[in-house]
Amino acid sequence: MTDDTPIRVLIAKPGLDGHDRGAKVLARGLRDEGFEVIYTGLRQTPEMIADAAEQEDVDVVGLSILSGAHMALLPRTVQLLRERGMSDVLVAAGGIIPDADIATLKEAGIAEIFGPGTSIGQIARYFRENVRRS
Amino acid sequence: MVDELATGGRRPLARLLTRIESGDPTVRELLPQLFAAGKGAHVVGITGPPGSGKSTLVSALIGEWRKRGRRVGILAVDPSSPYTRGAILGDRIRMMDHAADPDVFMRSMASRGELGGLAATTWIAAAALDTAGYDPVLIETVGAGQSEVEVARVAETTVVVEAPEMGDEVQAIKAGLLEVADVIAVNKGDRPGADRAARQLRAMLSTAGGRIERKPPPVLVTTAVTGEGVPALADAIDAHRQTAREPLAARDRAAHQVRRALADLAGRRAVADPSWEATVDAVARRELDPLTAAERLMDPR
Repeated sequence: MTDDTPIRVLIAKPGLDGHDRGAKVLARGLRDEGFEVIYTGLRQTPEMIADAAEQEDVDVVGLSILSGAHMALLPRTVQLLRERGMSDVLVAAGGIIPDADIATLKEAGIAEIFGPGTSIGQIARYFRENVRRS
Repeated sequence: MVDELATGGRRPLARLLTRIESGDPTVRELLPQLFAAGKGAHVVGITGPPGSGKSTLVSALIGEWRKRGRRVGILAVDPSSPYTRGAILGDRIRMMDHAADPDVFMRSMASRGELGGLAATTWIAAAALDTAGYDPVLIETVGAGQSEVEVARVAETTVVVEAPEMGDEVQAIKAGLLEVADVIAVNKGDRPGADRAARQLRAMLSTAGGRIERKPPPVLVTTAVTGEGVPALADAIDAHRQTAREPLAARDRAAHQVRRALADLAGRRAVADPSWEATVDAVARRELDPLTAAERLMDPR
């Protein structure tokens, strides 16, 4: 795989949170930054996200969550990805996640958390610099 | 590698598709083995303009084939931005009914610079899905530009999905549609005008019969959201498999595939040739015409 190959990103909304404008803005913004973006929409379970990530062989999984259920859903998603042999996938999260939970989430395998106000450019730069590709 | 595919591992298939998409040279070595291990899946192209409800219809078709015990593979191709090279691959979101089904494999692909709407590697990706045991293998693409023509050259059966609100546009329908559609589905059949649009299409297609040497394609009315007409559509697609494999049709497709592979190969070799830069400069300065330039690059002696 050459460095020219576009980076593939899965954007998903785990759980029951129904607000997806942020995720859609991010998806379009990443497209404008040269990424190939698969947005799987609302009400995704960790299993659905891991299954989609596996079939699409994405480089990055971005989890958008505003419902407060992040501690239950995000580590589980990382675990399912690892079980499918996808430990190299960069997993990031965004939305409404209290600062107090960040350390625990990072220990569980979420590489970075992007709070409200993060620019698309920042996220794009982070993905480019941290993606691990064989 | 090919054995891993045949035993149904999803991850090896997904990894192989990534290598296929990125033009990894190891795929070239695998190609003969990959083709030899093909199980003869029916490759079905499905195309249609935005607003036709194509993705919803594809999802309904998958449900119908699953009821019939088929394992379905889908390649959903969306256009890459020519400026940023990024893409929104927006078909998967419409397939959520099949998210938990282990016998449905869906891969979203960006066209990556190809103007015909299909990625250059789509046909190899289809071969990989075939070897992995999916049948049918669907190639879903947006019906813009000449994408119907492009997908018809890769697929054995081409299904064109239209919306009922065609009105007078039926008369202005692109030439490509008449020539390449093997099955036409007028979707959103619950809307007024759906039956009329279907009748108009049938009338148009039958009068073109004198010019085109083939039976006109069936025109069906479907309502993807309710499932009405979907079993008949699946029947029509399945029935076309035999026709698609008749010698003349198979030969046409093969000729196109070989021509396309030749063009790709010649292009890549030319760009890698040491005289490439100087030749392009000469054309830019109008010292050399492009055809002579091409001949020189093909035969650099």
